[in-house]
Amino acid sequence: MAASQNEDAFVEFERVQKSYDGETLVVKDLNLTMPKGEFLTMLGPSGSGKTTCLMMLAGFETATHGDIRLNGRPINNIPPHKRGIGMVFQNYALFPHMTIEENLSFPLEVRNIGKSDREAKVKRALDMVEMGAFGKRRPAQLSGGQQQRIALARALVFEPELVLMDEPLGALDKQLREKMQFEITDLAHRLGITTVYVTHDQTEALTMSDRVAVFDDGRIQQLDAPDTLYEEPQNSFVAQFIGENNTLEGTVKEIRDGIALVQLDDGELIDCLPVNVSKPGERTRVSIRPERVEFNKERLQAGAHTLKAEVMEFIYMGDIFRTRLKVAGNDEFVVKTRNAPDQVRLKPGEQIEIGWLPQDCRALDA
Amino acid sequence: MSDAAANQPLKTADGIPLKASLARAESRARRKAFLLVLPLLAFILITFIAPIGQMLHQSFYNEGFTVREDVVSGKRTPIMVNLKQWFDENPQGSEPDEAAYAALAADLLHLQELRAAGSAGTRINYERSGSRSMFTKGARNAKKLEPPYKEAILDLDDEWSDPELWQVMRDASSGYTINFYLAALDRAKNADGEIVMVDPERQVYVKLFIRTLVLSLLITFLTFILGYPIAHLLATLPLRYSNLLMILVLLPFWTSLLVRTTSWMVLLQSQGVVNDALVASGLLGDENRLQMMYNQAGTVIAMTHILLPFMVLPLYSVMRPINPSYVRAARSLGATSFTAFRRVYFPQTIPGIGAGALLVFILSVGYYITPALVGGADGQLISNLIAFHMQKSLNWSLAAALAALLLGGILILYWLYDRLVGIDNLKLG
Repeated sequence: MAASQNEDAFVEFERVQKSYDGETLVVKDLNLTMPKGEFLTMLGPSGSGKTTCLMMLAGFETATHGDIRLNGRPINNIPPHKRGIGMVFQNYALFPHMTIEENLSFPLEVRNIGKSDREAKVKRALDMVEMGAFGKRRPAQLSGGQQQRIALARALVFEPELVLMDEPLGALDKQLREKMQFEITDLAHRLGITTVYVTHDQTEALTMSDRVAVFDDGRIQQLDAPDTLYEEPQNSFVAQFIGENNTLEGTVKEIRDGIALVQLDDGELIDCLPVNVSKPGERTRVSIRPERVEFNKERLQAGAHTLKAEVMEFIYMGDIFRTRLKVAGNDEFVVKTRNAPDQVRLKPGEQIEIGWLPQDCRALDA
Repeated sequence: MSDAAANQPLKTADGIPLKASLARAESRARRKAFLLVLPLLAFILITFIAPIGQMLHQSFYNEGFTVREDVVSGKRTPIMVNLKQWFDENPQGSEPDEAAYAALAADLLHLQELRAAGSAGTRINYERSGSRSMFTKGARNAKKLEPPYKEAILDLDDEWSDPELWQVMRDASSGYTINFYLAALDRAKNADGEIVMVDPERQVYVKLFIRTLVLSLLITFLTFILGYPIAHLLATLPLRYSNLLMILVLLPFWTSLLVRTTSWMVLLQSQGVVNDALVASGLLGDENRLQMMYNQAGTVIAMTHILLPFMVLPLYSVMRPINPSYVRAARSLGATSFTAFRRVYFPQTIPGIGAGALLVFILSVGYYITPALVGGADGQLISNLIAFHMQKSLNWSLAAALAALLLGGILILYWLYDRLVGIDNLKLG
């Protein structure tokens, strides 16, 4: 077995594949390295293989091929209870027939930790999630948010070095979810725990993580810090999946000085940043973020290519204005502008010209 | 709202008290609901509650020695009135004197006129065997009896002086008696009216009650041991497999009880399939074929099979909704698979175990057909004896007393279960 290739790697997936039926691969060639203390999120649509990866790491699924290493040690053949990984489940999985204290005490009891030690640790864990007063209650007597905190405390009470979380905030309402997002990241960083977090909510992924792995079709499409992921998507799946995105389709005319000239399907020419196009004649999807589109001529760069656009709809959203345009045959083209005192409010039917900086307009795979 | 108004009962806008208004508004719906359940209520009352009540009444009331009911006309004539009067005038333990025998002679004559000696004798025969013929003989010769009656009657049969017989007649002369309950517990009153055990060779009922209890517990335990893994498999297999398995579990349910019992007879008898297979494979010599039928083993095997679905189904209905993530959580928290089962999965199935065990136990305590067919002599349960007294010996009062004791025992167990486990923990499906 090959020795660990990376010195700081704490969690490593090397060429991991997983199939349930022997016919199709759910996870195709997964490679991932995580340093200690990192908060990494696996993000992707359902069926993209992210939960399977988590289950393989936890030990509930076996990898069909490849190695998974924890702290340099291959763990493929270690049963889940010996891995020492804390896990928070989607439905919390708090044992309904035990009180909160008994739930928290469970991982300590199976580790044969003495009673006084156990009580001290349970109390500390409960205080950590501010649930000290609820120890005698049953899980069913707590609200969803409280159960979530207990599930978190239970996963941390035996001081694991790695914690896995499987869509832990999915069942909470929006306000509580945002509060918990902050609490979980704060706790993880304070305790220095390495965390693998699975979600399909991209906002959650962007706000919480050190790095995000975007999954689709059994592969990691891109693994980067949230800002890189949002601003520099490497392919059109990531561009579409993360945040709102405008797409225009066309063909590459020429690539020169790091700028690609793309002819859109209605004949218009625009300047783009070539990301994964390499030669003229290739089909491409051009991706532009709605907040990077400019229609104020004074702010446009001199000589920048502009496109004609017709205003379809103007939506007042409070902090921003959301304007839907028809551009190059695409009537789902969205522009977001800040609600500032001097901001123009476009009216449906208006004809305008729009433009952007070439580096904000990324030519991706078709 | 002011404080004064808060203390007053709430009123509607018209000033009618809110409670009265609510009751009126809902009474129509309640009447409708009651009318809907009325047919079922009447059905249960007529076919279930009333017969049970009548049977229980019969267990402590038998008028075989007090009233003669004509089968054709339905006319009811009091009998043994003279003897009853003597019993009322003379306290317990009095030696029967000439007056007593005179009263007996008069009553025997009356019995002869009514042709009721057989039924009156049968009532006494329940508690003292050999008495019936004394009554029929006495009634036949009643006309010839002349004073002094004591000598005349003892001439007829000197058994008439037996103090035990007089004690039995004294008890039977009033319709109400606890003697059937005593008999059901292997006890009887001696000549002095004291409650004593009957002769050891006639003590059958208590032994049979205990056997019924032990075998029922054994069957309940066996169905639990066999049913738990099946129920677990049913609850965790993918749907297409579990449906097939469910059909296999339910198949016996759809087959006649008699067919299933007789197939066990085919399998288990000494020339049956199982024994033949064992002999053919050389595991067993031809001369020591296993005796698995017409004994307790036969009863236990056949009843365990027949009652298995009653254990599997409640268990399944409890196991199905248990999320697999509980066990996974326990495993990830460091528990071995056995600890995860013992501390996390098993406790969550206890309501199903309780329901299944209670169901199987209550059913097996009252089971009749299977033990009757495969039980032989020592595989009989108390229900078989109840049936015997209902159908063969026609001692309905004793059958009723036995049944009442069985019912009482089950109610006590049910109460115990409620105290220990809690009846709201019961989940039948």
